[in-house]
Amino acid sequence: MIELRGLSKRYRGVTAVDSVTLTVARGELLVLLGSSGSGKTTTLKMINRLIEPSSGRVLVDGRDAAEQEPHDLRRRIGYVFQRIGLFPHLTVAENVAITPSLLGWDAARVERRVDELLEVVELDPAGMRQRLPSELSGGQRQRVGVARALAAQPKLMLLDEPFGALDPLTRDRLRQSFVAIRRRLGLTAIFVTHDMTEALLLGDRIAIMEEGRLVQMGTPRELILSPVDAYVEQLMDTPRRQAREVDKLLEPEAR
Amino acid sequence: MIEQVALLPEYLTAHLQLTLAALLVGTTFSVPAGVLVTRIRWLQAPALGVASVIQTVPSLALLAIMVPLLAALGVQSIGYLPAFIGLTLYSVLPILRNTVTGLDGLDPALIEAARGVGMTSVQQLRRVELPLAMPVIIAGLRTSTVWTVGMATLSTPVGAASLGNYIFGGLQTRNFAAVLVGCVAAAGLALVLDGLVRALASAVERRSRPASLVVLGVIASLYAYAGWSALGTLLDRGRDRVTIGAKTFTEQYILSTILARQIQETTGIATQEVRSLGSTVAFDALRTGEIDVYVDYSGTIWATIMHRDDVPEDRTQVLRAVESHLHEEHSVTLVGALGFENAYTFAMRGSRAEELHIRRISDLTPIAPRLSIGADYEFFARGEWRSIQEIYGLEFAQRRSMDSALMYQAVAGGAVDVITAFSTDGRIAALDLRVLEDDRHAIPPYDAVILASPRLAREQTEVLKALRALSGTIDAESMRRMNLAVDQGGESPNRVGEGFVRALRARRGAP
Repeated sequence: MIELRGLSKRYRGVTAVDSVTLTVARGELLVLLGSSGSGKTTTLKMINRLIEPSSGRVLVDGRDAAEQEPHDLRRRIGYVFQRIGLFPHLTVAENVAITPSLLGWDAARVERRVDELLEVVELDPAGMRQRLPSELSGGQRQRVGVARALAAQPKLMLLDEPFGALDPLTRDRLRQSFVAIRRRLGLTAIFVTHDMTEALLLGDRIAIMEEGRLVQMGTPRELILSPVDAYVEQLMDTPRRQAREVDKLLEPEAR
Repeated sequence: MIEQVALLPEYLTAHLQLTLAALLVGTTFSVPAGVLVTRIRWLQAPALGVASVIQTVPSLALLAIMVPLLAALGVQSIGYLPAFIGLTLYSVLPILRNTVTGLDGLDPALIEAARGVGMTSVQQLRRVELPLAMPVIIAGLRTSTVWTVGMATLSTPVGAASLGNYIFGGLQTRNFAAVLVGCVAAAGLALVLDGLVRALASAVERRSRPASLVVLGVIASLYAYAGWSALGTLLDRGRDRVTIGAKTFTEQYILSTILARQIQETTGIATQEVRSLGSTVAFDALRTGEIDVYVDYSGTIWATIMHRDDVPEDRTQVLRAVESHLHEEHSVTLVGALGFENAYTFAMRGSRAEELHIRRISDLTPIAPRLSIGADYEFFARGEWRSIQEIYGLEFAQRRSMDSALMYQAVAGGAVDVITAFSTDGRIAALDLRVLEDDRHAIPPYDAVILASPRLAREQTEVLKALRALSGTIDAESMRRMNLAVDQGGESPNRVGEGFVRALRARRGAP
């Protein structure tokens, strides 16, 4: 479905992404995990050409992304932004309807699609359609953001720390919704995060990036059992150690 | 007051035409230009720089500079065109700057989102960037609107009618009712137009289609009205009518009325007056045929058109030289001399002159370094001032340029010691000023002469004949009396001028 070959990005001699090669299969969710500055967001943005690669290739369904019109490419790929990026002058319905309207869908079809999607992201269409983004809570906004990304029925979704700015409970609910939606629609997705727990819970596979390089890629189980270096080991261990600490709180106090 | 209000439709319509046209063109240029310079970065600094420099030119000077510039290009240099271009240039900066600020100030995350959902750059601009920057752009448009309405009052000296006609004419003739009407009308117009822009912005922001349509309808009908009336003026211009010019002082307003009435009464041909023209603007307008006739003074032509600084004693000698120069160099016809001189003359408050024992200009020479002198805007820039200074050896402690309407009060009130008064000004006698004798003949004669455009002289000889009948009919004393009736007596220049023509015709037994 997605293939990155030797993908690199250099800014004035500084290498942000260094020759990343990976493949994502149809229906798979790959998590790009790394600390800030590791190059994971840059890698994601090079896939739909929000950032142009310095070298290397991106193949989407076997077609070279560089040979397609950027806006055509982007209309076929759902993108959920870290900062949500809803258009404040447009209603919820208009925000969701953007990509279909760019594709020239007729009004009735767009309207049906908007209602359908608002239900998918668990928002009440009747109460939500005419609201402005400023009238929504953070969680509601990101649900609209997800609906917008799904609007034109993309087969591929790119998500850039989509739940990063939300409170833990909202974040957890949204993550569960997303897992359900993805299963139902059979989406291929690349999900960027720096949250190890999120990575372990969501990813079919996890690709760990450090200083622009792809350090290790594998299923959560593979990464936990055979980390390539101390950094990966520490990264994989942290959520489990935290879980153990939480469990310990539940044990009867020693006398 | 009623007489003033009766002029309101004409001036207000003209003002509206200028303002609306300038704002339309200014906006249509500035918004796309603003968009362009946010795409082509290196253009931004020079574009904003040029717009700012235009803005730093004083508005009156910006309008005035259009006259020689357009004349050099060989297009209409007096009237609507220079005013329109000046106003349009002036309207650019606020809109341009706010367009740039509005677009540059957008959250980069929103621009990225617009790209991310698959918009082309044109779609980004139309669907996201411009709508979001709109409040800032509208704020710029509102600033421009208010500025342009205000600045349009300065179109009068370049020959475009506007509410400024009230203000310029009123200040010169000490008719403060007229000044007030002009100011109130301009302020009212600014508020109305600003209110319309604001109403449109808020209707769009509230996404109220009916409200937007209503406001757009009002704006569209204003444009339709302005366009329709402009068309009317344009068609009207084709008709056979004589355009009379006047410079910016009382005597000129009275004389233009006299010329107009004389032409109407004698030939039945319609006339229109273009008042408050700058001094050299008037001559250029005549030369290029944008006005047909006006009154100038032989000494002014001698000094500013012929650039002579020698001073012949003989009035008729100057008149003849001026006549042949105008005819040969500019194809302008000197129709006739009205019979009076309006010369520059040095005047002091009577009591002050008495105290300092001053009767002649040469008496000033020893004490000038302790005195101040006031004059109209152009005097100190004229060659004759230099020659007067040389001939008398005058060196004043202070020189002050001011509006000619104000210098009489200035000298009477002691703000300056000497002024270069106009010899026909009624206020010389009324304020008890003493005129100093030009004992060394440094000041050239200033016969009031009627000048006619090449077109008028060629095509309307009956008008020329009617005007020639005014030769020698006004002596200095009559002119002084008429000026005083306006400046101190509170009469309108039109009424005084009409009264003169009526009396003249009665004396001659015309029907």
